[in-house]
Amino acid sequence: MRPGEKRFGVGQIVAFVVLALMAVGWLMPFLWAVATAFKTETDAASESGWIGDDGLTTGAFRGMLENGNVWMWAFNSLWTSLVITLLTVTISALAAYAFSRLRFPGRRWLFAVIVAAIIIPPQVLIIPLFYEMLTFDLIDTAWGLILPQIVAPAMVFILKQFFDGVPIELEDAARVDGANRLRVFWSIVLPLSRPVMAAVAIFVFINAWNNFLWPFLVINDTTLMTLPTGLQTVIDAHGIQYAQTMAQAVLAALPLIVVFLFFQRQIVKGVATTGFGGR
Amino acid sequence: MTTMSTAAPAAAPSRERLVSWAFLAPFLIAFALFLVWPLVHGLYLSVTNQSLTGAGGSWVGLDNYREALTDPTMWRALRTTVWFTIVSTIPLVILALVMALLVHRGLPGQWLWRLSFFMPFLLASTVISQIWVWIFNPDIGAANSVLGTFGIEPIAWLQDPAVNLYAIVIATVWWTVGFNFLLYLAALQNIPDQLYEAAAIDGAGPWRRLTSITLPQLWPATILIVMLQVLASLKLFDQAYQMLIGVSTDTTRPIVQYIYESGFVGYRFGYSAAISYVFFALIVIVGVFQMTAMNRRRSL
Repeated sequence: MRPGEKRFGVGQIVAFVVLALMAVGWLMPFLWAVATAFKTETDAASESGWIGDDGLTTGAFRGMLENGNVWMWAFNSLWTSLVITLLTVTISALAAYAFSRLRFPGRRWLFAVIVAAIIIPPQVLIIPLFYEMLTFDLIDTAWGLILPQIVAPAMVFILKQFFDGVPIELEDAARVDGANRLRVFWSIVLPLSRPVMAAVAIFVFINAWNNFLWPFLVINDTTLMTLPTGLQTVIDAHGIQYAQTMAQAVLAALPLIVVFLFFQRQIVKGVATTGFGGR
Repeated sequence: MTTMSTAAPAAAPSRERLVSWAFLAPFLIAFALFLVWPLVHGLYLSVTNQSLTGAGGSWVGLDNYREALTDPTMWRALRTTVWFTIVSTIPLVILALVMALLVHRGLPGQWLWRLSFFMPFLLASTVISQIWVWIFNPDIGAANSVLGTFGIEPIAWLQDPAVNLYAIVIATVWWTVGFNFLLYLAALQNIPDQLYEAAAIDGAGPWRRLTSITLPQLWPATILIVMLQVLASLKLFDQAYQMLIGVSTDTTRPIVQYIYESGFVGYRFGYSAAISYVFFALIVIVGVFQMTAMNRRRSL
Protein backbone atom coordinates (compact mmCIF):
# COMPACT_ATOMS: atom_id res chain seq x y z
CA MET A 1 0.00 0.00 0.00
CA ARG A 2 2.84 2.42 0.60
CA PRO A 3 5.98 2.05 -1.42
CA GLY A 4 8.05 5.08 -2.38
CA GLU A 5 8.29 7.56 0.46
CA LYS A 6 8.78 5.94 3.83
CA ARG A 7 10.16 8.90 5.70
CA PHE A 8 8.06 11.72 7.09
CA GLY A 9 9.69 14.52 5.13
CA VAL A 10 9.00 17.79 3.41
CA GLY A 11 7.66 15.89 0.40
CA GLN A 12 5.00 14.21 2.49
CA ILE A 13 3.92 17.50 4.07
CA VAL A 14 3.61 19.22 0.70
CA ALA A 15 1.71 16.22 -0.69
CA PHE A 16 -0.60 16.27 2.30
CA VAL A 17 -1.42 19.96 1.90
CA VAL A 18 -2.05 19.65 -1.84
CA LEU A 19 -4.18 16.56 -1.30
CA ALA A 20 -6.18 18.20 1.48
CA LEU A 21 -6.86 21.26 -0.70
CA MET A 22 -8.02 19.08 -3.59
CA ALA A 23 -10.22 16.94 -1.34
CA VAL A 24 -11.85 20.03 0.17
CA GLY A 25 -12.40 21.41 -3.32
CA TRP A 26 -13.98 18.15 -4.41
CA LEU A 27 -16.26 17.89 -1.37
CA MET A 28 -17.26 21.57 -1.50
CA PRO A 29 -20.04 21.40 -4.12
CA PHE A 30 -21.77 18.62 -2.25
CA LEU A 31 -21.30 20.24 1.15
CA TRP A 32 -22.68 23.47 -0.29
CA ALA A 33 -25.74 21.53 -1.47
CA VAL A 34 -26.14 20.07 2.02
CA ALA A 35 -25.86 23.53 3.59
CA THR A 36 -28.47 24.92 1.18
CA ALA A 37 -30.82 22.05 1.95
CA PHE A 38 -30.87 23.16 5.59
CA LYS A 39 -31.78 26.77 4.76
CA THR A 40 -35.16 28.44 4.43
CA GLU A 41 -36.20 29.16 0.86
CA THR A 42 -35.67 32.88 1.47
CA ASP A 43 -32.08 32.32 2.60
CA ALA A 44 -31.45 29.86 -0.21
CA ALA A 45 -32.59 32.40 -2.77
CA SER A 46 -30.28 35.12 -1.45
CA GLU A 47 -26.53 35.36 -1.34
CA SER A 48 -26.13 33.99 2.18
CA GLY A 49 -23.21 32.13 3.71
CA TRP A 50 -22.96 28.53 4.87
CA ILE A 51 -25.69 29.12 7.43
CA GLY A 52 -28.62 31.32 6.42
CA ASP A 53 -29.83 34.38 8.35
CA ASP A 54 -32.85 32.40 9.55
CA GLY A 55 -30.60 29.65 10.95
CA LEU A 56 -30.81 25.94 10.28
CA THR A 57 -34.09 24.33 9.37
CA THR A 58 -35.24 20.95 8.18
CA GLY A 59 -38.22 22.55 6.46
CA ALA A 60 -36.98 21.69 2.99
CA PHE A 61 -36.60 18.03 3.88
CA ARG A 62 -40.01 17.90 5.52
CA GLY A 63 -41.63 19.67 2.58
CA MET A 64 -40.14 17.14 0.23
CA LEU A 65 -40.91 14.03 2.26
CA GLU A 66 -44.52 15.06 2.67
CA ASN A 67 -44.66 14.79 -1.09
CA GLY A 68 -45.13 11.02 -1.07
CA ASN A 69 -43.67 10.63 -4.55
CA VAL A 70 -40.09 10.69 -3.31
CA TRP A 71 -40.58 7.54 -1.24
CA MET A 72 -42.30 5.85 -4.15
CA TRP A 73 -39.47 6.75 -6.54
CA ALA A 74 -36.83 5.59 -4.07
CA PHE A 75 -38.70 2.30 -3.71
CA ASN A 76 -38.98 1.91 -7.49
CA SER A 77 -35.28 2.69 -7.92
CA LEU A 78 -34.35 0.17 -5.27
CA TRP A 79 -36.35 -2.79 -6.45
CA THR A 80 -35.80 -2.30 -10.19
CA SER A 81 -32.05 -1.85 -9.63
CA LEU A 82 -31.94 -4.99 -7.50
CA VAL A 83 -33.82 -7.02 -10.11
CA ILE A 84 -31.59 -5.68 -12.89
CA THR A 85 -28.51 -6.60 -10.84
CA LEU A 86 -29.76 -10.07 -10.02
CA LEU A 87 -30.75 -10.89 -13.59
CA THR A 88 -27.60 -9.41 -15.13
CA VAL A 89 -25.26 -11.23 -12.77
CA THR A 90 -27.10 -14.54 -13.13
CA ILE A 91 -27.33 -14.70 -16.92
CA SER A 92 -23.83 -13.26 -17.40
CA ALA A 93 -22.23 -15.72 -14.98
CA LEU A 94 -23.96 -18.75 -16.54
CA ALA A 95 -22.89 -17.68 -20.04
CA ALA A 96 -19.35 -16.86 -18.89
CA TYR A 97 -19.03 -20.29 -17.28
CA ALA A 98 -20.10 -22.00 -20.51
CA PHE A 99 -17.52 -20.01 -22.47
CA SER A 100 -14.81 -20.77 -19.95
CA ARG A 101 -15.38 -24.46 -19.24
CA LEU A 102 -17.64 -26.13 -21.78
CA ARG A 103 -16.85 -27.16 -25.35
CA PHE A 104 -19.46 -26.64 -27.99
CA PRO A 105 -19.36 -25.77 -31.67
CA GLY A 106 -19.23 -22.06 -32.46
CA ARG A 107 -17.80 -21.22 -29.06
CA ARG A 108 -15.03 -19.00 -30.37
CA TRP A 109 -16.99 -16.91 -32.81
CA LEU A 110 -19.95 -16.54 -30.48
CA PHE A 111 -17.65 -15.21 -27.77
CA ALA A 112 -16.01 -12.90 -30.31
CA VAL A 113 -19.44 -11.51 -31.24
CA ILE A 114 -20.25 -10.83 -27.58
CA VAL A 115 -16.90 -9.13 -26.98
CA ALA A 116 -17.39 -7.01 -30.10
CA ALA A 117 -20.81 -5.97 -28.79
CA ILE A 118 -19.13 -4.25 -25.82
CA ILE A 119 -18.49 -1.26 -28.04
CA ILE A 120 -22.17 -0.71 -28.92
CA PRO A 121 -23.31 2.37 -27.01
CA PRO A 122 -26.80 1.90 -25.50
CA GLN A 123 -27.69 5.38 -26.81
CA VAL A 124 -27.54 4.03 -30.38
CA LEU A 125 -30.32 1.56 -29.60
CA ILE A 126 -32.88 3.88 -27.99
CA ILE A 127 -35.04 4.28 -31.12
CA PRO A 128 -35.37 0.60 -32.08
CA LEU A 129 -35.61 -0.45 -28.42
CA PHE A 130 -38.42 1.99 -27.81
CA TYR A 131 -40.13 0.68 -30.93
CA GLU A 132 -39.70 -2.87 -29.64
CA MET A 133 -41.21 -1.93 -26.28
CA LEU A 134 -44.16 -0.37 -28.12
CA THR A 135 -44.63 -3.64 -30.01
CA PHE A 136 -44.48 -5.74 -26.84
CA ASP A 137 -46.72 -3.24 -25.06
CA LEU A 138 -44.05 -2.67 -22.42
CA ILE A 139 -43.99 1.14 -22.44
CA ASP A 140 -44.77 2.43 -18.95
CA THR A 141 -44.15 -0.92 -17.32
CA ALA A 142 -41.45 -2.04 -14.93
CA TRP A 143 -40.37 -4.82 -17.31
CA GLY A 144 -39.98 -2.31 -20.11
CA LEU A 145 -37.62 -0.45 -17.79
CA ILE A 146 -35.75 -3.53 -16.57
CA LEU A 147 -35.30 -5.93 -19.48
CA PRO A 148 -33.22 -3.77 -21.87
CA GLN A 149 -30.82 -3.10 -18.98
CA ILE A 150 -29.91 -6.72 -18.25
CA VAL A 151 -27.69 -7.33 -21.28
CA ALA A 152 -24.07 -6.57 -20.32
CA PRO A 153 -21.59 -8.22 -22.72
CA ALA A 154 -18.70 -6.63 -20.83
CA MET A 155 -19.67 -8.47 -17.67
CA VAL A 156 -19.67 -11.81 -19.54
CA PHE A 157 -16.15 -10.99 -20.70
CA ILE A 158 -14.94 -10.05 -17.21
CA LEU A 159 -16.47 -13.13 -15.59
CA LYS A 160 -15.10 -15.44 -18.28
CA GLN A 161 -11.60 -14.03 -17.71
CA PHE A 162 -12.02 -14.72 -14.02
CA PHE A 163 -13.35 -18.28 -14.44
CA ASP A 164 -10.42 -19.02 -16.76
CA GLY A 165 -8.12 -18.34 -13.83
CA VAL A 166 -9.93 -20.66 -11.39
CA PRO A 167 -8.09 -24.01 -11.16
CA ILE A 168 -10.10 -26.73 -12.88
CA GLU A 169 -8.91 -29.59 -10.61
CA LEU A 170 -11.49 -28.86 -7.92
CA GLU A 171 -14.29 -29.13 -10.44
CA ASP A 172 -12.91 -32.32 -11.94
CA ALA A 173 -12.84 -33.93 -8.49
CA ALA A 174 -16.46 -33.04 -7.88
CA ARG A 175 -17.47 -34.30 -11.31
CA VAL A 176 -15.78 -37.62 -10.69
CA ASP A 177 -17.96 -37.79 -7.58
CA GLY A 178 -20.95 -37.47 -9.86
CA ALA A 179 -21.95 -33.82 -9.47
CA ASN A 180 -23.53 -32.33 -12.58
CA ARG A 181 -22.40 -29.09 -14.18
CA LEU A 182 -24.98 -26.87 -12.54
CA ARG A 183 -24.12 -28.31 -9.15
CA VAL A 184 -20.39 -27.80 -9.77
CA PHE A 185 -21.09 -24.24 -10.86
CA TRP A 186 -23.28 -23.52 -7.87
CA SER A 187 -21.30 -25.14 -5.09
CA ILE A 188 -17.70 -24.83 -6.28
CA VAL A 189 -17.27 -22.06 -8.86
CA LEU A 190 -19.64 -19.48 -7.35
CA PRO A 191 -18.18 -19.57 -3.82
CA LEU A 192 -14.69 -19.13 -5.30
CA SER A 193 -15.86 -16.18 -7.38
CA ARG A 194 -17.47 -14.16 -4.63
CA PRO A 195 -15.20 -11.10 -4.95
CA VAL A 196 -15.58 -10.76 -8.72
CA MET A 197 -19.32 -11.40 -8.52
CA ALA A 198 -19.59 -8.68 -5.88
CA ALA A 199 -17.60 -6.34 -8.10
CA VAL A 200 -19.84 -6.97 -11.09
CA ALA A 201 -22.99 -6.69 -8.97
CA ILE A 202 -21.95 -3.38 -7.42
CA PHE A 203 -21.06 -1.96 -10.81
CA VAL A 204 -24.35 -3.02 -12.39
CA PHE A 205 -26.30 -1.71 -9.41
CA ILE A 206 -24.70 1.75 -9.48
CA ASN A 207 -25.38 2.04 -13.21
CA ALA A 208 -28.98 0.92 -12.84
CA TRP A 209 -29.62 3.17 -9.85
CA ASN A 210 -28.33 6.22 -11.71
CA ASN A 211 -29.54 5.44 -15.22
CA PHE A 212 -31.35 8.40 -16.70
CA LEU A 213 -31.88 8.17 -20.46
CA TRP A 214 -33.75 4.86 -20.74
CA PRO A 215 -36.12 5.36 -17.76
CA PHE A 216 -36.69 8.91 -19.02
CA LEU A 217 -37.87 7.54 -22.38
CA VAL A 218 -39.80 4.45 -21.36
CA ILE A 219 -41.62 5.65 -18.21
CA ASN A 220 -44.16 8.47 -18.30
CA ASP A 221 -46.32 7.29 -15.44
CA THR A 222 -45.29 9.18 -12.28
CA THR A 223 -45.99 6.18 -10.07
CA LEU A 224 -43.47 4.02 -11.99
CA MET A 225 -40.62 6.53 -12.15
CA THR A 226 -37.23 5.98 -10.53
CA LEU A 227 -35.46 8.65 -8.49
CA PRO A 228 -33.44 10.29 -11.29
CA THR A 229 -36.38 10.74 -13.66
CA GLY A 230 -38.89 11.43 -10.89
CA LEU A 231 -36.82 14.24 -9.38
CA GLN A 232 -36.43 15.69 -12.86
CA THR A 233 -40.22 16.18 -13.10
CA VAL A 234 -40.27 18.05 -9.79
CA ILE A 235 -37.58 20.45 -10.99
CA ASP A 236 -39.50 21.06 -14.17
CA ALA A 237 -42.59 21.82 -12.10
CA HIS A 238 -41.03 24.23 -9.57
CA GLY A 239 -37.34 24.64 -10.14
CA ILE A 240 -37.26 27.88 -8.18
CA GLN A 241 -37.33 26.27 -4.73
CA TYR A 242 -33.60 25.92 -4.25
CA ALA A 243 -33.59 24.59 -0.69
CA GLN A 244 -36.10 21.89 -1.53
CA THR A 245 -34.26 20.99 -4.75
CA MET A 246 -31.01 20.61 -2.83
CA ALA A 247 -32.75 18.59 -0.11
CA GLN A 248 -33.88 16.24 -2.85
CA ALA A 249 -30.43 16.01 -4.33
CA VAL A 250 -28.90 15.25 -0.95
CA LEU A 251 -31.51 12.64 -0.07
CA ALA A 252 -31.20 10.89 -3.44
CA ALA A 253 -27.43 10.81 -3.02
CA LEU A 254 -27.49 9.50 0.54
CA PRO A 255 -28.18 5.77 -0.03
CA LEU A 256 -25.22 5.28 -2.38
CA ILE A 257 -22.90 7.29 -0.14
CA VAL A 258 -23.85 5.06 2.80
CA VAL A 259 -23.32 1.98 0.63
CA PHE A 260 -19.91 3.35 -0.36
CA LEU A 261 -18.89 3.92 3.25
CA PHE A 262 -19.78 0.34 4.12
CA PHE A 263 -18.40 -1.41 1.04
CA GLN A 264 -15.53 0.90 0.19
CA ARG A 265 -12.96 -1.84 -0.26
CA GLN A 266 -15.20 -3.91 -2.53
CA ILE A 267 -16.23 -0.92 -4.58
CA VAL A 268 -12.68 0.30 -5.07
CA LYS A 269 -11.66 -3.22 -6.10
CA GLY A 270 -14.79 -3.58 -8.18
CA VAL A 271 -14.06 -0.50 -10.24
CA ALA A 272 -10.55 -1.77 -10.80
CA THR A 273 -11.70 -5.18 -12.05
CA THR A 274 -14.80 -4.13 -13.96
CA GLY A 275 -13.26 -0.82 -14.94
CA PHE A 276 -13.90 -0.94 -18.61
CA GLY A 277 -17.30 -2.53 -18.14
CA GLY A 278 -19.11 0.36 -19.61
CA ARG A 279 -20.12 3.80 -18.47
CA MET B 1 -31.18 -20.88 -29.54
CA THR B 2 -32.51 -22.94 -32.41
CA THR B 3 -29.24 -24.79 -32.12
CA MET B 4 -30.67 -26.56 -29.07
CA SER B 5 -32.41 -29.01 -31.36
CA THR B 6 -29.28 -29.79 -33.35
CA ALA B 7 -27.58 -31.39 -30.32
CA ALA B 8 -29.34 -34.69 -30.97
CA PRO B 9 -26.74 -37.54 -31.13
CA ALA B 10 -26.51 -39.16 -27.70
CA ALA B 11 -22.81 -39.34 -26.87
CA ALA B 12 -20.75 -37.70 -24.13
CA PRO B 13 -19.75 -34.61 -26.17
CA SER B 14 -23.31 -33.99 -27.30
CA ARG B 15 -24.51 -34.01 -23.74
CA GLU B 16 -21.94 -31.34 -22.96
CA ARG B 17 -23.26 -29.47 -25.96
CA LEU B 18 -26.76 -29.56 -24.56
CA VAL B 19 -25.54 -28.40 -21.15
CA SER B 20 -23.61 -25.58 -22.83
CA TRP B 21 -26.66 -24.24 -24.58
CA ALA B 22 -28.65 -24.48 -21.37
CA PHE B 23 -26.06 -22.31 -19.63
CA LEU B 24 -25.95 -19.89 -22.55
CA ALA B 25 -29.64 -19.67 -23.34
CA PRO B 26 -30.78 -17.03 -20.82
CA PHE B 27 -28.03 -14.61 -21.80
CA LEU B 28 -28.29 -15.32 -25.51
CA ILE B 29 -32.04 -14.78 -25.55
CA ALA B 30 -31.68 -11.42 -23.81
CA PHE B 31 -28.71 -10.56 -26.04
CA ALA B 32 -30.71 -11.35 -29.17
CA LEU B 33 -33.87 -9.57 -28.02
CA PHE B 34 -32.43 -6.41 -26.53
CA LEU B 35 -29.19 -5.91 -28.41
CA VAL B 36 -28.86 -7.76 -31.71
CA TRP B 37 -32.46 -7.31 -32.82
CA PRO B 38 -32.64 -3.56 -32.02
CA LEU B 39 -29.30 -3.09 -33.76
CA VAL B 40 -30.61 -4.74 -36.93
CA HIS B 41 -34.05 -3.22 -36.72
CA GLY B 42 -32.54 0.23 -36.18
CA LEU B 43 -30.67 -0.16 -39.43
CA TYR B 44 -33.94 -1.00 -41.15
CA LEU B 45 -35.76 1.95 -39.53
CA SER B 46 -33.02 4.24 -40.81
CA VAL B 47 -34.04 3.57 -44.41
CA THR B 48 -37.73 4.25 -43.77
CA ASN B 49 -39.73 7.34 -42.88
CA GLN B 50 -41.17 5.70 -39.74
CA SER B 51 -42.71 8.15 -37.29
CA LEU B 52 -43.13 7.77 -33.51
CA THR B 53 -46.86 8.27 -34.05
CA GLY B 54 -46.96 5.04 -36.06
CA ALA B 55 -47.42 6.82 -39.38
CA GLY B 56 -45.02 6.33 -42.29
CA GLY B 57 -42.77 3.31 -42.36
CA SER B 58 -42.26 3.15 -46.08
CA TRP B 59 -38.91 2.62 -47.74
CA VAL B 60 -36.98 5.83 -48.49
CA GLY B 61 -33.59 4.32 -49.32
CA LEU B 62 -30.62 6.39 -48.26
CA ASP B 63 -32.61 9.65 -48.03
CA ASN B 64 -32.25 9.87 -44.25
CA TYR B 65 -28.46 9.47 -44.48
CA ARG B 66 -28.28 11.96 -47.32
CA GLU B 67 -30.27 14.41 -45.23
CA ALA B 68 -28.16 13.75 -42.11
CA LEU B 69 -24.88 14.33 -43.93
CA THR B 70 -26.11 17.67 -45.28
CA ASP B 71 -27.85 18.70 -42.04
CA PRO B 72 -25.93 21.60 -40.46
CA THR B 73 -27.54 20.83 -37.06
CA MET B 74 -26.12 17.30 -37.19
CA TRP B 75 -22.63 18.52 -38.03
CA ARG B 76 -22.88 21.15 -35.33
CA ALA B 77 -23.89 18.44 -32.83
CA LEU B 78 -20.96 16.25 -33.92
CA ARG B 79 -18.61 19.20 -33.54
CA THR B 80 -19.93 19.94 -30.05
CA THR B 81 -19.51 16.29 -29.10
CA VAL B 82 -15.94 16.06 -30.37
CA TRP B 83 -15.03 19.39 -28.76
CA PHE B 84 -16.44 18.22 -25.44
CA THR B 85 -14.61 14.90 -25.72
CA ILE B 86 -11.23 16.55 -26.25
CA VAL B 87 -11.67 19.32 -23.67
CA SER B 88 -13.06 17.00 -20.98
CA THR B 89 -10.69 14.05 -21.50
CA ILE B 90 -7.53 16.06 -20.84
CA PRO B 91 -8.39 17.21 -17.28
CA LEU B 92 -10.22 13.95 -16.54
CA VAL B 93 -7.02 11.99 -17.14
CA ILE B 94 -4.43 14.40 -15.76
CA LEU B 95 -6.32 15.27 -12.57
CA ALA B 96 -7.06 11.60 -11.94
CA LEU B 97 -3.36 10.82 -12.28
CA VAL B 98 -2.35 13.59 -9.89
CA MET B 99 -4.96 12.51 -7.34
CA ALA B 100 -3.89 8.88 -7.55
CA LEU B 101 -0.17 9.70 -7.25
CA LEU B 102 -0.81 11.81 -4.16
CA VAL B 103 -3.14 9.30 -2.49
CA HIS B 104 -0.78 6.44 -3.28
CA ARG B 105 1.94 8.02 -1.14
CA GLY B 106 0.16 6.38 1.80
CA LEU B 107 -0.71 9.51 3.74
CA PRO B 108 -3.14 9.08 6.63
CA GLY B 109 -6.86 9.33 5.87
CA GLN B 110 -6.97 7.00 2.87
CA TRP B 111 -10.72 6.40 3.10
CA LEU B 112 -11.41 10.13 3.27
CA TRP B 113 -9.37 10.86 0.12
CA ARG B 114 -11.06 8.06 -1.77
CA LEU B 115 -14.48 9.16 -0.59
CA SER B 116 -13.86 12.81 -1.56
CA PHE B 117 -12.71 12.07 -5.09
CA PHE B 118 -14.95 9.12 -5.91
CA MET B 119 -18.17 10.11 -4.14
CA PRO B 120 -19.49 12.38 -6.92
CA PHE B 121 -19.35 9.43 -9.33
CA LEU B 122 -22.00 7.72 -7.21
CA LEU B 123 -24.49 10.54 -7.75
CA ALA B 124 -27.19 10.40 -10.40
CA SER B 125 -26.95 12.85 -13.29
CA THR B 126 -30.14 14.48 -12.00
CA VAL B 127 -28.51 15.18 -8.65
CA ILE B 128 -25.26 16.59 -9.99
CA SER B 129 -27.17 18.69 -12.51
CA GLN B 130 -29.26 20.22 -9.74
CA ILE B 131 -26.20 20.96 -7.67
CA TRP B 132 -24.30 22.62 -10.53
CA VAL B 133 -27.26 24.59 -11.88
CA TRP B 134 -27.47 26.03 -8.39
CA ILE B 135 -23.71 26.73 -8.15
CA PHE B 136 -23.69 28.30 -11.62
CA ASN B 137 -26.73 30.50 -10.92
CA PRO B 138 -25.65 33.93 -12.26
CA ASP B 139 -27.20 35.96 -9.44
CA ILE B 140 -26.81 33.93 -6.24
CA GLY B 141 -24.63 30.98 -7.28
CA ALA B 142 -21.50 30.02 -5.39
CA ALA B 143 -19.30 30.13 -8.52
CA ASN B 144 -19.86 33.84 -9.02
CA SER B 145 -19.52 34.56 -5.28
CA VAL B 146 -16.07 32.96 -5.35
CA LEU B 147 -15.10 34.89 -8.48
CA GLY B 148 -16.47 38.06 -6.86
CA THR B 149 -14.00 37.81 -3.98
CA PHE B 150 -11.24 38.02 -6.60
CA GLY B 151 -12.97 41.03 -8.15
CA ILE B 152 -14.10 39.16 -11.26
CA GLU B 153 -17.39 40.19 -12.87
CA PRO B 154 -20.25 37.66 -12.60
CA ILE B 155 -20.52 35.17 -15.46
CA ALA B 156 -23.76 33.79 -16.88
CA TRP B 157 -22.29 30.29 -16.76
CA LEU B 158 -25.10 28.31 -18.27
CA GLN B 159 -26.78 31.06 -20.28
CA ASP B 160 -23.79 32.54 -22.11
CA PRO B 161 -23.08 30.44 -25.22
CA ALA B 162 -19.41 31.40 -24.99
CA VAL B 163 -18.93 29.62 -21.67
CA ASN B 164 -21.77 27.16 -21.10
CA LEU B 165 -19.97 24.18 -22.56
CA TYR B 166 -17.03 24.89 -20.27
CA ALA B 167 -19.50 24.85 -17.39
CA ILE B 168 -20.62 21.40 -18.52
CA VAL B 169 -16.96 20.32 -18.68
CA ILE B 170 -16.34 21.57 -15.11
CA ALA B 171 -19.37 19.72 -13.76
CA THR B 172 -18.43 16.58 -15.67
CA VAL B 173 -14.83 16.60 -14.44
CA TRP B 174 -16.05 16.96 -10.87
CA TRP B 175 -18.61 14.21 -11.38
CA THR B 176 -16.59 11.48 -13.09
CA VAL B 177 -12.88 12.01 -12.37
CA GLY B 178 -13.14 9.62 -9.41
CA PHE B 179 -13.61 6.67 -11.71
CA ASN B 180 -10.32 7.28 -13.52
CA PHE B 181 -8.71 8.03 -10.16
CA LEU B 182 -9.61 4.56 -8.90
CA LEU B 183 -8.32 2.95 -12.09
CA TYR B 184 -4.99 4.77 -11.68
CA LEU B 185 -4.85 3.84 -8.02
CA ALA B 186 -5.27 0.16 -8.91
CA ALA B 187 -2.57 0.46 -11.59
CA LEU B 188 -0.19 2.07 -9.08
CA GLN B 189 -0.69 -0.81 -6.67
CA ASN B 190 0.33 -3.23 -9.40
CA ILE B 191 3.78 -1.72 -9.88
CA PRO B 192 6.21 -4.21 -8.30
CA ASP B 193 7.99 -2.90 -5.20
CA GLN B 194 11.28 -4.39 -6.42
CA LEU B 195 11.50 -1.73 -9.12
CA TYR B 196 11.52 0.98 -6.46
CA GLU B 197 13.93 -0.95 -4.27
CA ALA B 198 16.34 -1.34 -7.19
CA ALA B 199 16.04 2.37 -7.94
CA ALA B 200 16.67 3.23 -4.30
CA ILE B 201 19.88 1.17 -4.37
CA ASP B 202 20.93 3.08 -7.47
CA GLY B 203 20.32 6.27 -5.48
CA ALA B 204 17.43 7.60 -7.56
CA GLY B 205 15.57 10.52 -5.97
CA PRO B 206 11.77 10.88 -5.78
CA TRP B 207 11.55 12.85 -9.04
CA ARG B 208 13.68 10.36 -10.89
CA ARG B 209 11.63 7.46 -9.55
CA LEU B 210 8.46 9.19 -10.75
CA THR B 211 9.72 9.85 -14.26
CA SER B 212 11.67 6.66 -14.85
CA ILE B 213 9.58 4.08 -13.01
CA THR B 214 6.09 5.21 -12.05
CA LEU B 215 5.03 7.06 -15.19
CA PRO B 216 6.42 4.51 -17.69
CA GLN B 217 4.84 1.69 -15.67
CA LEU B 218 1.52 3.55 -15.77
CA TRP B 219 1.62 3.93 -19.55
CA PRO B 220 -0.59 0.92 -20.38
CA ALA B 221 -3.13 2.06 -17.77
CA THR B 222 -3.03 5.57 -19.22
CA ILE B 223 -3.79 4.32 -22.71
CA LEU B 224 -6.71 2.30 -21.39
CA ILE B 225 -8.05 5.18 -19.30
CA VAL B 226 -7.82 7.62 -22.22
CA MET B 227 -9.60 5.13 -24.49
CA LEU B 228 -12.43 4.59 -22.04
CA GLN B 229 -12.72 8.27 -21.29
CA VAL B 230 -12.95 9.21 -24.98
CA LEU B 231 -15.68 6.63 -25.53
CA ALA B 232 -17.54 7.82 -22.41
CA SER B 233 -17.26 11.51 -23.31
CA LEU B 234 -18.57 10.90 -26.82
CA LYS B 235 -21.80 9.67 -25.22
CA LEU B 236 -22.44 13.04 -23.53
CA PHE B 237 -26.12 13.62 -22.90
CA ASP B 238 -27.53 13.32 -19.35
CA GLN B 239 -25.82 16.23 -17.61
CA ALA B 240 -25.71 18.53 -20.66
CA TYR B 241 -29.40 17.99 -21.28
CA GLN B 242 -30.43 18.49 -17.67
CA MET B 243 -28.17 21.43 -16.87
CA LEU B 244 -29.14 23.30 -20.03
CA ILE B 245 -32.90 22.74 -20.03
CA GLY B 246 -34.36 25.96 -21.38
CA VAL B 247 -31.04 27.37 -22.57
CA SER B 248 -29.93 24.58 -24.89
CA THR B 249 -29.03 25.85 -28.34
CA ASP B 250 -27.48 24.56 -31.55
CA THR B 251 -24.03 25.16 -30.11
CA THR B 252 -24.57 23.07 -26.96
CA ARG B 253 -26.48 20.10 -28.33
CA PRO B 254 -24.41 16.90 -28.31
CA ILE B 255 -25.13 14.19 -30.88
CA VAL B 256 -27.01 11.90 -28.46
CA GLN B 257 -29.34 14.79 -27.64
CA TYR B 258 -29.98 15.27 -31.35
CA ILE B 259 -30.85 11.56 -31.64
CA TYR B 260 -33.30 12.00 -28.77
CA GLU B 261 -34.79 15.21 -30.11
CA SER B 262 -35.29 14.02 -33.69
CA GLY B 263 -36.94 10.83 -32.46
CA PHE B 264 -38.94 11.82 -29.40
CA VAL B 265 -39.55 15.53 -29.93
CA GLY B 266 -39.69 15.63 -33.73
CA TYR B 267 -41.26 12.12 -33.92
CA ARG B 268 -38.97 11.22 -36.84
CA PHE B 269 -37.87 7.70 -35.87
CA GLY B 270 -36.41 6.93 -39.29
CA TYR B 271 -34.24 10.03 -39.36
CA SER B 272 -33.26 9.59 -35.72
CA ALA B 273 -32.21 5.99 -36.41
CA ALA B 274 -30.02 7.23 -39.28
CA ILE B 275 -28.29 9.74 -36.97
CA SER B 276 -27.84 6.93 -34.43
CA TYR B 277 -25.89 5.01 -37.05
CA VAL B 278 -23.78 8.03 -37.94
CA PHE B 279 -22.96 8.27 -34.22
CA PHE B 280 -22.29 4.53 -34.03
CA ALA B 281 -19.92 4.83 -36.99
CA LEU B 282 -18.06 7.58 -35.15
CA ILE B 283 -17.75 5.37 -32.03
CA VAL B 284 -16.52 2.41 -34.06
CA ILE B 285 -13.99 4.51 -35.98
CA VAL B 286 -12.63 6.03 -32.76
CA GLY B 287 -12.61 2.61 -31.09
CA VAL B 288 -10.81 0.86 -33.94
CA PHE B 289 -8.34 3.73 -34.26
CA GLN B 290 -7.54 3.49 -30.55
CA MET B 291 -7.19 -0.29 -30.68
CA THR B 292 -4.74 -0.18 -33.56
CA ALA B 293 -2.77 2.59 -31.88
CA MET B 294 -2.60 0.47 -28.76
CA ASN B 295 -1.59 -2.71 -30.56
CA ARG B 296 1.10 -0.90 -32.50
CA ARG B 297 2.60 0.38 -29.24
CA ARG B 298 2.51 -3.08 -27.79
CA SER B 299 4.26 -4.69 -30.74
CA LEU B 300 7.01 -2.06 -30.81
